Amino acid sequence: MTDVTELGVAAIREGVAKGEFSAVEVAEAFNANVAAAQQALNAFIVPTPEKAIEAAQAVDAARAAGKPLGKMAGVPIGMKDLFATRGIQTTAASHILEGFKPEYESTVSQKLWDAGAGMLGKLNLDQFAMGSSNETSYFGNVISPWRRNDGGNAALAPGGSSGGSSAAVAARLAPAATGTDTGGSIRQPAAFTGISGIKPTYGRCSRWGVVAFASSLDQAGPMARDVRDCAIMLEAMAGFDPKDSTSLDMPVPAWEAGLSGDLKGKKVGIPREYRLDGMDEEVAKSWDQGIAWLKDAGAEIVEISLPHTKYALPTYYIIAPAEASSNLARYDGVRYGLRDLPDGAGLQDMYAATRAAGFGPEVKRRILIGTYVLSAGFYDAYYTQAQKVRALISRDFKEAWAHCDVILAPTTPSASFALGEKSADPLEMYLNDVFSVPASLAGLPAMSVPAGLNSEGLPLGLQIIGKPFDEQGVLNAGLAIESRAGFTAKPEKWW
Amino acid sequence: MSEYRIQGATGDWEVVIGLEVHAQVVSKSKLFSGSATAFGAEPNSQVSLVDAAMPGMLPVLNKECIRQAVRTGLAINAPINKWSRFDRKNYFYADLPQGYQISQLYHPLVGEGEIEVSLDEKNPEAVKTIGIERIHVEQDAGKLMHDQHPTMSYVDLNRSGVALMEIVSKPDMRSPAEAGAYLRKLRTILRYVGSCDGNMEEGSMRADVNVSVRKPGDEFGTRTETKNVNSVRFVMAVVEQEARRQVDLIEDGGKVVQETRLYDPDKNETRSMRSKEDAHDYRYFPDPDLLPLVLEDAFLEECRASLPELPDAKRARYEGPLGLSAYNANALTAEVETAMAFEELLASVASASGKSEADVAKRVANWLLSERAGVLSANNVLASDPKNSLEANTALVVAAESGAISGSKAKEIFALYLTGDIDLAKEIEANQQTSDTGAIDTAIAKILADNADKVEQYKGGKEALFGFFVGQTMKAMQGKANPGVVNELLKKALG
Repeated sequence: MTDVTELGVAAIREGVAKGEFSAVEVAEAFNANVAAAQQALNAFIVPTPEKAIEAAQAVDAARAAGKPLGKMAGVPIGMKDLFATRGIQTTAASHILEGFKPEYESTVSQKLWDAGAGMLGKLNLDQFAMGSSNETSYFGNVISPWRRNDGGNAALAPGGSSGGSSAAVAARLAPAATGTDTGGSIRQPAAFTGISGIKPTYGRCSRWGVVAFASSLDQAGPMARDVRDCAIMLEAMAGFDPKDSTSLDMPVPAWEAGLSGDLKGKKVGIPREYRLDGMDEEVAKSWDQGIAWLKDAGAEIVEISLPHTKYALPTYYIIAPAEASSNLARYDGVRYGLRDLPDGAGLQDMYAATRAAGFGPEVKRRILIGTYVLSAGFYDAYYTQAQKVRALISRDFKEAWAHCDVILAPTTPSASFALGEKSADPLEMYLNDVFSVPASLAGLPAMSVPAGLNSEGLPLGLQIIGKPFDEQGVLNAGLAIESRAGFTAKPEKWW
Repeated sequence: MSEYRIQGATGDWEVVIGLEVHAQVVSKSKLFSGSATAFGAEPNSQVSLVDAAMPGMLPVLNKECIRQAVRTGLAINAPINKWSRFDRKNYFYADLPQGYQISQLYHPLVGEGEIEVSLDEKNPEAVKTIGIERIHVEQDAGKLMHDQHPTMSYVDLNRSGVALMEIVSKPDMRSPAEAGAYLRKLRTILRYVGSCDGNMEEGSMRADVNVSVRKPGDEFGTRTETKNVNSVRFVMAVVEQEARRQVDLIEDGGKVVQETRLYDPDKNETRSMRSKEDAHDYRYFPDPDLLPLVLEDAFLEECRASLPELPDAKRARYEGPLGLSAYNANALTAEVETAMAFEELLASVASASGKSEADVAKRVANWLLSERAGVLSANNVLASDPKNSLEANTALVVAAESGAISGSKAKEIFALYLTGDIDLAKEIEANQQTSDTGAIDTAIAKILADNADKVEQYKGGKEALFGFFVGQTMKAMQGKANPGVVNELLKKALG
């Protein structure tokens, strides 16, 4: 029989529907992979094999009864541990939420279960989604399944914050996983691990039940092995939710049905400002290759300018921490989660002790930055200014859309790096987001697709940024690259 | 203009007062969640996931609360801002689950308005206009309970997230009486509009009292803010105590510090709570979970159309077209329930007696304010007693108005009806007064004959004896003679 763990979303769904294998067989196979890799990769905080089986049994029963099957029927997935899951520990990879079991289910995860998906477990991530290497989790680093081809065994970063998701999909522990993207947290880990991932237009996926990092930027999306799988899963995740005031009240397009790698008549913008001085040569080469592929797919290539690009990173690192400092105030030891109450302590002491013990260093750093930029006397110089720049960045894109339909750029400035290599210097770590942050600030749909391997044998990703609500255009350009890149590389199993 | 002055050792001082009134909005559910808002429910029985600030929960605006605040703004002649926005006010406290209060600092819903307050109910000319700076909408906090456990405090979140209007006055008041009059008038308007029940004992209306003192004509002095004062009497007491304290402090060579104070009603004094140095930095910023609030003209029109006749307009109508005294017009309009009861009875009496409302208004007003009120209280009957019905009141007032029974007879019958088991219509019938001049003349002739000495004295100039003859005649007629007719005939008989 086929090794079903080599199959993606579309193939599993089709195999289950046709009766080539049962959903339970699929769930069992992935459950086994999850268990076998847990020690080495640490991709999951809590595996939930029984949940995967339970959902699979329901799909098999529905199929046996001749009932219609959902978009994700029989597909077990990993759920980033930022999504609240009823009765299952939900931690955002933090100590402060360790042991927290919500009595509610996030809108996005509920939609996936309703579509017939099952849960393999809760995936590790950077604590409160703050990080680019999955080194800030309270539950330990996630180790990338990829290794350099130099014969060394350096543990590499799977990217972040959706590092558990990227590692699990790349290592065949799950055919797909949910991610969330605030400044690149779907695209960067996808690029680092040779998989695809799309952050839809801000508001497409409900934020209800997703532990908040930066509300004006947070957006959920799928991470999977290819573009089609992303389209299928995004259809299942998206949709208007009256419980989220920033949710888009628009119908969900049939993205899967609309897939086409033919880009005739389309214009692809190449932003001048993304070509940085001292850019990694291999990254530059893969970008050029991407341009050639899209030209081959029939697109016209145009050079465009996004003049405020260089301000995107500082702007992001003001706005995101500002919102985070406020969003994380609710973790105070009063109602749920960790409470550290020293002997004879009063309320203020309890707050201090609880938050000191409950948050990791990166989370504390961002709370401090956010508190600082919002404080009296600094607010205008930082927060107000950042909001103005954010508007300019959005305007750059708006003006670009007069000249092109999608934008092509690298996803990250480099391939994956070794754990510990950048964690000592937060600024160097933040630079990882330099290409992904502008689209986040502008709320645009953007995806990363694998483009090839660099000379170290590590994947590089290409990023496609689209107009608001034009996920279809992004997916189609992604498909055009995917079909030409012929990316079949996968990490050699060492775990 | 008020001439309230505090006598100090160095001369007279003037007090300057501004009030920030927090009025709980009448609505079935909270400002950003579907939880109920009823007062006095079991602790924590009206708390949703949003109110408890569980991870990933999001606020969704309750339009009814906005409608109420808009109606209130229209009632004080203030412009409604069609574009407003919610901001987060960040601070830590155990009764504030989110770690921030959602409020409106930068762009409030309602702009500048004003209300006219009456400073002397006997003198309709004594009015003053008090400016209102703004009205904004915000969430209430929960409540701490310190008396449930020897070492711990309990938190009740029922009130957490309930909508408040913060109504900020200008520093336009100059005496405790003005502050009291303003608060009473504001309460009256809110109750007319139906946007706040004005119940100060239950905390649905409370005031932060800003007080400073100065020598008349000088610049404003440094102000203190006494928080959460929950009755008109206490607000007046706070102004008095705080002004006195500040004058004494300054005259003793001290300086007033800008600080937050608390009022202790048992000791009738204010105490320092925290000074400006340890005041919070609230780090206000726009709430990224909510979109700006944009109001349509149709919505504003609907709000305007739903407003009832307001107290000032009602009073003018009562004094003008209905011809009531200023005193009665004031008394009838002070509480919306009284005005409603008056108008209901007025319409009923006018229709039953076939007269215009203007013709019967005085009698209805007197009946309600003095005659009926006296009977109810003398017999310990509540106004809500079912026997105090519109039908019974109408029958009695119509009978008195037509001259069928006397006013005093109406009171007597009403008392009997309320406390006994009589048929009202028969009782009125049985007590019909007579205007039969023959019978009255006969009675008068007998009384004058029996009291020849008093007749002499009367004719000699002791006119006070007229009342004696009236009383004797009425007695002889068993109270059923029309007093007007008696008067007329007596005057004629006495020459």
